[in-house]
Amino acid sequence: MPRKQKNGNALDLVQIQAKLNESPEKRVWRGLEELAGTDDYRDFLATEFPHDPRADKQGVSRRNMLKLMGASAALAGLTACTKLPDQKIVPYALQQPENFVPGKPLFYATAMPLAGYATGLLVESHMGRPTKVEGNPSHPASLGSANVAAQASVLGLYDPDRAQVVIYRGRVGDWSKFLTTMEQRRAELLDAKGAGLRILTGTVTSPSLADQIRAILAQFPQAKWHQYEPLSRDTVREGAKLAFGEYVNTVYHLDQADVIVSLDADLLSAGPGAVRYARDFADKRRITGPESTMNRLYVAESTPTVTGAMADHRAPMRARDVETFARALAGGLGIKSGDAAHASVSWIPALVRDLQNHRGTSLVIAGEQQPPVVHALAHAINDALGNVGKTVHYTDPAEASPANGLESLKELVADIQGGQVDTLFILGVNPVYDAPPDLHFAEHLLKVKTRVHLSLYNDETSELCHWHVPEAHFLESWGDARAYDGTVSIIQPLISPLYDGKSGHEILAVLGGQAGSTDHDVVRGYWQRQKPGADFEEFWQTSLNNGVVADSTPAPKPVKLVFQLAAAPERTSNAGIEIVLRPDPSIGDGSFANNGWLQEVPKPITKLTWDNAALVSPASARKLAVTNGDVVKLKGQGQSVEAPIWITPGHADGSLTLHLGYGRRRAGHVGTGVGFNAYLLATTENPRIGSAEVEKTGKTYLLATTQHHHIMGKEGEEREEESVAALQRKLVRGATLEEFRKNSDVTHEEGDGNGPSMYPAFPYNGNSWGMTIDLNSCIGCNACVVACQSENNIPVVGKDQVSRGREMQWIRVDTYFEGGLENPAIYNQAVPCMHCENAPCEYVCPVGATVHSPEGLNEMVYNRCVGTRYCSNNCPYKVRRFNFERWSDWTTPSLEPLRNPDVTVRSRGVMEKCTYCIQRINRVKIAAEKEDRELQDGEILTACQQTCPAQAIVFGNINDKNSRVAKMKAQSRNYGLLEELNTRPRTTYLAKLRNPNPEIKE
Amino acid sequence: MAQLFHPSSNVIAKASVVAVALIVGGLGYILYAVNQSAYYTNINVARQQPVPFSHKHHVTDDGIDCRYCHTSVEKSGYAGIPTTHTCMSCHSKLWLPSPVLEPVRASYATDVSLQWTRVNAEPDFVYFDHSIHVNKGIGCTTCHGPIGEMPLTYRANTLYMRWCIDCHKNPALHVRRREDVFKADYVEPPNQLELGRELVKKYKIKEPKLITDCYTCHR
Repeated sequence: MPRKQKNGNALDLVQIQAKLNESPEKRVWRGLEELAGTDDYRDFLATEFPHDPRADKQGVSRRNMLKLMGASAALAGLTACTKLPDQKIVPYALQQPENFVPGKPLFYATAMPLAGYATGLLVESHMGRPTKVEGNPSHPASLGSANVAAQASVLGLYDPDRAQVVIYRGRVGDWSKFLTTMEQRRAELLDAKGAGLRILTGTVTSPSLADQIRAILAQFPQAKWHQYEPLSRDTVREGAKLAFGEYVNTVYHLDQADVIVSLDADLLSAGPGAVRYARDFADKRRITGPESTMNRLYVAESTPTVTGAMADHRAPMRARDVETFARALAGGLGIKSGDAAHASVSWIPALVRDLQNHRGTSLVIAGEQQPPVVHALAHAINDALGNVGKTVHYTDPAEASPANGLESLKELVADIQGGQVDTLFILGVNPVYDAPPDLHFAEHLLKVKTRVHLSLYNDETSELCHWHVPEAHFLESWGDARAYDGTVSIIQPLISPLYDGKSGHEILAVLGGQAGSTDHDVVRGYWQRQKPGADFEEFWQTSLNNGVVADSTPAPKPVKLVFQLAAAPERTSNAGIEIVLRPDPSIGDGSFANNGWLQEVPKPITKLTWDNAALVSPASARKLAVTNGDVVKLKGQGQSVEAPIWITPGHADGSLTLHLGYGRRRAGHVGTGVGFNAYLLATTENPRIGSAEVEKTGKTYLLATTQHHHIMGKEGEEREEESVAALQRKLVRGATLEEFRKNSDVTHEEGDGNGPSMYPAFPYNGNSWGMTIDLNSCIGCNACVVACQSENNIPVVGKDQVSRGREMQWIRVDTYFEGGLENPAIYNQAVPCMHCENAPCEYVCPVGATVHSPEGLNEMVYNRCVGTRYCSNNCPYKVRRFNFERWSDWTTPSLEPLRNPDVTVRSRGVMEKCTYCIQRINRVKIAAEKEDRELQDGEILTACQQTCPAQAIVFGNINDKNSRVAKMKAQSRNYGLLEELNTRPRTTYLAKLRNPNPEIKE
Repeated sequence: MAQLFHPSSNVIAKASVVAVALIVGGLGYILYAVNQSAYYTNINVARQQPVPFSHKHHVTDDGIDCRYCHTSVEKSGYAGIPTTHTCMSCHSKLWLPSPVLEPVRASYATDVSLQWTRVNAEPDFVYFDHSIHVNKGIGCTTCHGPIGEMPLTYRANTLYMRWCIDCHKNPALHVRRREDVFKADYVEPPNQLELGRELVKKYKIKEPKLITDCYTCHR
C-alpha cells in the first residue's frame, strides 16, 4: 500500500519564518519539516524505522500470529539442515588470460565518455567480470576519483533492460540481414554521392570516430554530419567564440585561484572537469592549523547547488539576473559597457576590490545554462584581471569538430522538411525524447526513408526507427575520447559485449565499406596511422596501461579578446515565472534513468529520490500558495507539464528549477514513467532558461525525500524545540577562518571528549581503525554513497520503501541549513557507521550478532542476526539498515556478475551497516603478512575514501601516531558526533570553516 | 462420584515426563547425528567426476608437486583447478589411447572446459584464503586429509566452523615448517606442540583473539 501525503505534514511558511526570527542566534536546522514540526518529522525523530511493517498488513489476527510464531520456531531449526548444493568448478580449457590468478581482481585502465568527454577510470575485474569502478590516478580529469555516474556505470552495463537484439520494423531482426541491407543502401548512396545521407551523433571528442566520419564524408561528399547533445555545452563554446572569435576550450586551474566567482556555474559537480575541479578546490581549503590559508568562493545562482553549498558568499538570484550581476561586476572592474548601476547584490563593490587584490590568482566561471554573453563576460573579466595563463588557459577545442548542437539539429530538421534526407543514422543519442518540442523532431523523423538507431536501450527514438542496433556499453567496446583539458584516453573493454552490442565505430565501418572491421581494428588502426614508427606496439601498450595517451594534452593557446560588450538588451517582460532547466544531479540528461543506484541516491540539498520536482523558494511558494507535494501545471511555449512542488531554502525568488532526465516513456523497468519530462518546456530559442505560467491543480503527490530520515537526537526523550536546535548545532560545526585563527578551539563544545565508563577499555596492541571526514572539504556530491553501494552489494529498495525510511545506503549525506530561509548557509555531512568504542548497539543484541573486533571495528555478523532490530533502536546515529524484504535480486542472471564476490549478499530479516570495507582491510592485511612487512599508512582505502573527489575522508590506524588519520584527529577542529553520550565514535569530523570577506557584513 | 483418574495415571504421568525428555533429547540427537553424518557433510564420499582423477597416482606414485596443478595456492584465496592445457602437458604423450581420458582430449580439442564437482566447499558467507594458510605453515593435508592416498578425491574433514576455530584458537596444534607444507606424506612429529609453538612465533601467526574474530572469515 503506497504511502499517502498526510494532513499533519502541511508547511506553514509564515509560522516557520516566525520561528526562525525568534531564535536568539543563528539556528541550525535539517529542513522545513523540522521547523514546522510535521507529523512525519516527529515520527522519524522518535525512531529509525517509524512505519512499522505490521501496519502495512492489516488483519494479522492473534490466531494467525500464534500460527506464524509456532511455524517459525519449528522451521528455525530446520533451516540449518539444508545441505550445501553441489557446485561445479570450471577451469579454463586452453589458455588462461595473461596475469590471471583465480580469486584475485585485476584492474584495467579505461575511460568513461559522458556527453562526449572522458573521465579516466580503473575498473576492477573479478574473473573477467567488471564489478567496481574507481578513478584513474594518472588521468587529469580523475586523479583517482570518480563521480556518481562513473560509479554507477557498472550497474548500467549489467542492466537486464538493455537492448539485446537487432530490431527491424518492430520485430527481431539480425545483424547479418542488417549488413546486407546496408551494403545495398551503401551502393545506392555511393551512386548518389551521398545525397540524402545524414549521420547524427552526440558530441564527438574521439579522434578515431571523427576520422572515420571524415572518411565517410569524403566518400559521400553530399552527406552531412550533425552533432547534438541534450546537455550541450553550446553556450560554453559560443561564449568562447564571442570572446575570442573562435572556438577554444577553456581549462581552469582552481589550485592556483584564491578568489573564485561562480556565475551560476556548478563547477564542483557538473561538467566534464568537475571531479578534477573539486579536488583542486578542496586542496586550497585544507586546514592544518591557524596558519593555513583558504580560497574564497562567491556564487551567484538560482538554485542551491553543490557549489553554492560551499560558497563563502552566496547570492540567490534568478538565472536571467546573473547577466546583470556579471555586467555589474565587469563594470566595477572597468570593462567597457559594464553596468555597475543595476547591481542587485550589495557586496559587488567589495567583490570587485577582492578581485582587484588578487590579480592573477582569481577566477570567474560562468555556468552552462547561462547565455553566451555571460561566458564572454567571464572571459573578459579573467582577461582584465590577468588570470589568463595563470588560473585559466585556453587550448584548441577538445571536440573533434566543434559545433553548435542545437543549430546542427535545426539544420537537420530543416533538411528533412525539405525532403533532402532519405537515410539517417542516429548514433547513441535520443532526440525524440530530449530535443526541444518546438522542433517536432519525432514528426519529421518519420519522413526519413531509412532510419537506423544505435543505442543502449530500445528507447523513444528506437521506437520510431526502422533498424535498432543494440549499442555496446563503454565497458564492452574499444574507443577513445578526450578529457576536459583535451587529454586523450583509449577506452578498452573489460568484457565482450553481453548482448552482441555494436559500437558506433562498427556501424560507421559498415557505412564506410569496411563491414567486418571491429571497433578494435578501427581504433588501433587509427592510432597506428598516427604513430607509424616501429615502437607503435610499445606506445599502444603504454597508453592502454596508463589510461592516457602520452603528450596528447593540447598546449595552451594564445588568444586575443575581441569581445565588445553590447549594452544590455531592453528587458522584455516575460509573462509568468522563470523556469530553469538543469541536468539532474543523479541521472544527468536522462540516459541513466534506468539506473536504480542513481535513482535512489538522495539528490544533493533537496534529498529527493526517484523523482524530479519544481524547486521553488519559500517566498515564491507563499506567493503561489503552494506547499511541498502540491502538483502545479506549468504552461509555456504551447506545452504544459504537471510537476510537484518542492520548497527549497536558499532558492532564488521568482524562479523554478526543473531537473531534466525524468518522464521517460521507454527507459526500462526502473526508469519508465518516473517523474515528469522537463524537456517539454525547452525551446530552441531558450533551451535552458525560459518562463512558464503556474497553475494549481489541487492534486498532491508524494515525493520520497530522505531529508528528515535518520535524524540524530536523544532517543525517547520528549524534547523542546530549542534543545533540538542546540543539539543540531553540535552535530555540524563551523566557524569562520578569522574566528579559528583567533581561537583554534572555537569549534569545541561542552561535553566533548571521553567521559568515564564502567566497562573496561578494550586493549589495542596492533591496529586500531579510525576515520575522519573533513567537513571543510566534503562537497556533498554523493560519490561516496554510490561507491559504497557498488562495493558492498547494497540493494535498491524503490520509492515507496524510501518514503518509509528504509533506504539501504550505508553512508548517507546529511544536509543542514543555518540561518534564515532566503539564503541559509548549507552544511553537508557524510555519515557512515561511527564504529563506536562504547557501541550502544553491541550491548543490546540478544544473539551476539554485532560484536566488537580486536581492531576496534563494530562488526555485523549476518548469520547470527535474527532481526530483532534492537541494535538500530539503540543506535543514536541511525546508521544501521534493516532488510525488511529480500531486496537483493537473486533471480536476474545478468545481475549476478555485478556483485562484489568479496562481500556477502544479504537476505531478508538481516541488519547491515558500514564495515569500514572489511574486505579491503583483509585483502591488504593478507598481502602484507605474506610479504612479512608492516602495513603502510594509506595502503587501505575504503570505497568512499577512494572515490571522494575532494578527498575529505581519511581512514587508517589511529594507534600509529604518524598516520594521516591520527594527525587529522589531533587537529583542534576534530570532534565526534554526540560525544556527550560517551559512545566514543571512531569516525570523527573536522569542523567546517568559511572564509568570508571581512568587508562584507551580511 | 468415582475417581476421575485410575491409580495407573500416576505412573503414566511420571513416565510421560521421562518420555518427553527422552523424545526431545532423542530428536536432538538425531538432528546432531544427521548433521555430523557423511550424508550431510560428504565426508569420505568420493564424488562423481568427469574423469576418475586419482590424487594417489599423481601425487604419491608420480611425485608431482601440488603447485604444478594448483598454481595459485600461494598467491590467492583460491588454490586453482588446472586448465585442460595443464593435463595435456603430460597426457599428450602419456596414456594417449586411454578411454578414461577421452573427456580431457575432447576438452582440449574443442576448447570447452571440463566441469569438476567441488569436493571441499565452504558456504558463500565464508571467505577462506588458501594463500595465507600455506604461507603461515598450514599443510595441504591438515585440511584436505591424506590426499596422497585418495584414488578418488573425497572430503576428509567437515570444514565446519567449530573445526576451523579449534585450530585458530591454537595454531600450534598443526603448524609445520614452510618447506613441509606441500608434503602429502607429512606426519606430525611427536613434539608437534613444541615445534608448533616455536613456528607460531617464527611465522608471526597472530594471537588467537585476532584470528578468531568474526570478520577474519565472515564479512
